[in-house]
Amino acid sequence: MLLDLQDVSKSYPTGEGVLQVLRGVSLSLDAGESLALTGESGSGKSTLLHLAGGLDRPDSGAILFEGRDIAGLDDKELAAFRRVRVGLVFQQFNLIPSLDVAANLAFQARLGGRFDAAWMARLTARLGLERLLDRYPEQLSGGQQQRVAIGRALAGRPQLIFADEPTGNLDEATGDAVLELMMSLLPETGAALLMVTHSMRLASRLGRRLHLAAGKLG
Amino acid sequence: MLGQGFAVLLSHWRRHKLQFAMLVLGLALATALWSAVQAINGEARASYARAAAVVGQDRLEQLATPDGARLPQSTYIALRTAGWLVSPVLEGEKRFGGERLRILGVDPVTLPADAAQVNVGAADIGLQRFITPPGVFIMSRETAERLKGIDTPPIRISDALPPGTVLTDIGIAQQVLDAPGQLSRLLLAPKQPAEVRPLAQVAPGLVRRAPAVESDLSRLTDSFHLNLTAFGFLAFAVGLFIVHSAIGLAFEQRRPVIRTLRAVGMPLRALILLMIVELLVLSTVAGLIGVALGYGVASLLLPDVAASLRGLYGAEVPGTLSIRPSVWGLGLAIAVTGTLVSAAARLWRIASMPLLAPARPRAWSLASERALRLQAVGGFVLLVAAWLIAQFGAGLVAGFAALGAMLLGAALILPLALSLLLKLGERLSQGVIAQWFWADTRQQLPGLSLALMALLLALAANAGVGTMVQSFRLTFVGWLDQRLPSELYVTTRSNDESQKVHDWLASRSDAVLPIWNTEVRMFGQPVQVYGIADHATYRQHWPMLEAAPDAWDSIASGQGVLANEQLARRQKLTLGDMIPLDGGHSLPLVGIFSDYGNPKGQVIVGVGLLVKLYPDASRLRYAVRIAHDKAPKLAEDLRGTFGLPDENVVNQATIKAFSLKIFERTFAVTAALNVLTLGVAAIAIFASLLTLSGMRLSQLAPAWAMGLTLKRLAWLEILRSVALASFTMLAAVPVGLGLAWMLLAVINVEAFGWRLPMHVFPMDWLRLFLLAVASAILAALLPALWLARRAPADLVKVFANER
Repeated sequence: MLLDLQDVSKSYPTGEGVLQVLRGVSLSLDAGESLALTGESGSGKSTLLHLAGGLDRPDSGAILFEGRDIAGLDDKELAAFRRVRVGLVFQQFNLIPSLDVAANLAFQARLGGRFDAAWMARLTARLGLERLLDRYPEQLSGGQQQRVAIGRALAGRPQLIFADEPTGNLDEATGDAVLELMMSLLPETGAALLMVTHSMRLASRLGRRLHLAAGKLG
Repeated sequence: MLGQGFAVLLSHWRRHKLQFAMLVLGLALATALWSAVQAINGEARASYARAAAVVGQDRLEQLATPDGARLPQSTYIALRTAGWLVSPVLEGEKRFGGERLRILGVDPVTLPADAAQVNVGAADIGLQRFITPPGVFIMSRETAERLKGIDTPPIRISDALPPGTVLTDIGIAQQVLDAPGQLSRLLLAPKQPAEVRPLAQVAPGLVRRAPAVESDLSRLTDSFHLNLTAFGFLAFAVGLFIVHSAIGLAFEQRRPVIRTLRAVGMPLRALILLMIVELLVLSTVAGLIGVALGYGVASLLLPDVAASLRGLYGAEVPGTLSIRPSVWGLGLAIAVTGTLVSAAARLWRIASMPLLAPARPRAWSLASERALRLQAVGGFVLLVAAWLIAQFGAGLVAGFAALGAMLLGAALILPLALSLLLKLGERLSQGVIAQWFWADTRQQLPGLSLALMALLLALAANAGVGTMVQSFRLTFVGWLDQRLPSELYVTTRSNDESQKVHDWLASRSDAVLPIWNTEVRMFGQPVQVYGIADHATYRQHWPMLEAAPDAWDSIASGQGVLANEQLARRQKLTLGDMIPLDGGHSLPLVGIFSDYGNPKGQVIVGVGLLVKLYPDASRLRYAVRIAHDKAPKLAEDLRGTFGLPDENVVNQATIKAFSLKIFERTFAVTAALNVLTLGVAAIAIFASLLTLSGMRLSQLAPAWAMGLTLKRLAWLEILRSVALASFTMLAAVPVGLGLAWMLLAVINVEAFGWRLPMHVFPMDWLRLFLLAVASAILAALLPALWLARRAPADLVKVFANER
């Protein structure tokens, strides 16, 4: 098993008290598998993805990646985990604005020491970004930015891709095209996918679906 | 509606308290340094005005000799007999202990009412006591404090007199100044009798002089105060960068709010008006804080300024400040004007912003490179203008204009220069983090450029003024060695004693060299005339800048004159020009010597000629040549034999130490203003980094998510600040050298009349570099610490709008 969440809970302090976002969530994901996590706004989908991606820590429960609990890792170890093991795709794209497309694509792979020039060239071609390599994020359309974000996530051939509403900022046609592209690239890397979406239509294209409501899996 | 709109605008500051604090702090600091300089200048000028107003010189016409020489008392008596309403004045300087005082002798009976600042008939003085020996010395409280324990006639206090000035009866003054039967000038009562014999008949040797609206002191010190004002303005400009930066950010952040307010029906004009009102309120509050701070700074600096003015010009300025409405008014005016100027472009942008403009704050980070290029072109034009003004302009104002254009030009070019440098860094770097570091630093440039420009100005001013001061120090020390080669310097107390001391020393030393002098008016200005003996001491050591081959022979034979550099420059004198001396004599100029620290013109003639042309010259001082090891014993014997006070027999080292002390105090104010300006620049960087830190999170979060730790990112933030400060320092060195050259070759020549050779001091640059790095680390420390301690929850917010 690649990822195994066991009884994970998470709360945040707010102005009106403590907000319980996740309440004892458990789920698992095998290598190469794709899983869609659906739910309404505020159901805790993004929080769950952030915890599984090593961006935040749970209040309780275990997050096992290849059998090792990442909830117990220190900042340095968590950073190393993110560099090497996972790829992240966000709704807002979150590219690095000071770097051009080529540097953005290679950033995480080079950071994790997993840069492969041949793979990068192939990936760039598959994503249709060859002519955009010297452009900066602000000079790209939303669809182009998201293709760069997907390329960045896949460049280091991570074991698991976390995608948080990857098409949320795109129109339907562009969103479909981008998802199609991502889904077609996954088998080439062997990565598993955990995608958060509230679109049942998109969720249906993944191997498995789970629904989150009020911090619990339904 | 207006009230609600105003409340909405002000709510921004409630949410951005730090930004508000930085805006107020920046403006207050800028105003503080400007006001400090104004308060100091105001105090000094008031003191000069008091000095000028003494015995009505600024209001009454006077009769005096054309060359300013003293006139005989008999002329006064002849005029009174002829019906002229005149009153005699005798003015001179006299040393009491270590204090040199300006003695003003007046006749209280004939003194016109306009000239009587002090009522000598008042009960605590009494006319009888004033005019009969030992007389009364009237002076300011500060002067009286300085004379404590020194033997003088009875002292009375009057606040109407400036420090360092003593008012006494004319008869007492004639005794004290050793000028029996002599007067300096005659004051003319405003209303004269209708029937009086013409002046040309009664006193043909006298001329009428209009009231002196501006005193010699005021003219002499103008350049010093202009220097201070320039520094104050520089500090203000540096402070304005903080204001501009804070206002810019606030306006950008409020663009969505402004759009919303307009969308719900608030007229654009009303919005602009509210913003102007907001700025006026802010600038008034910050201006008031600034002026109050300025008084604090001024009171700390004033003692050094007063010492400088006394050392450089003999000008007496009180060591305490008085509160002047003009300083408050000017301080507030400049704070408000500076704020409105800083905000003008932003207000214009708001005024011209379409209602449906994107609400996303564009912030500085998106400023295009095209804007940087345009700015750099403007900077280049200013540099060319600076060069043209320096080449073809004349006068102190032109000098400062060239200086200002050069500094501003360099500051405008800086962001593009840094951008190109960072681009190069990005291209040359191999590692992914290094590459991102340079690229990200370059992206921060537009947001930090104002602060970096402020830092450049501060560093360049430090490097430039430092180079000037150090060059001056080096030259001055060498010059002192040349100028003070004798082992002992003796000042006697009377002509009689002078002769005895001379005879006594003649048989006990290698040489006794007279340093006799007088002060005359030459070329319409006060000029010191010194007489020196023909001796190898002068031939070997005197600091000549230019001399005819037989200069010393000409001086020895009374056929030539030497002039100091400031007189030669002021009068555009060259070797061979004729110098007018008394008694219708004119002699050719045979040499020009450097004479640093002396505000007055000086000429040197052979001592024989001095005595012949100026029989009243003071003959009290001597330089004594003797083997170094024998000097202390000789000094001791001399003091013992003639009962001379310690300060009348001083050795070379003491005079040098004293001169250097004056030198150091003169530049202590400059050094203090330098440090304060650098401090303001450091705060500018801190303010910019702090205000940017909120915007940085969205730029740093992706790098963190990709696997860089917050600790590492925080270190990189500090490194970024250090890198930018270091590059700015690199740019500041050539700008500082340009500044030093302008100070030495243009400003000093115009202001003081001497030109100094320029030396470079790389170790000082290294020290400044370390200071800049330290400032950069301090400025970046707090934002970096905040970043390092950020909770992951804050960062993940960047990636998602929902839980």
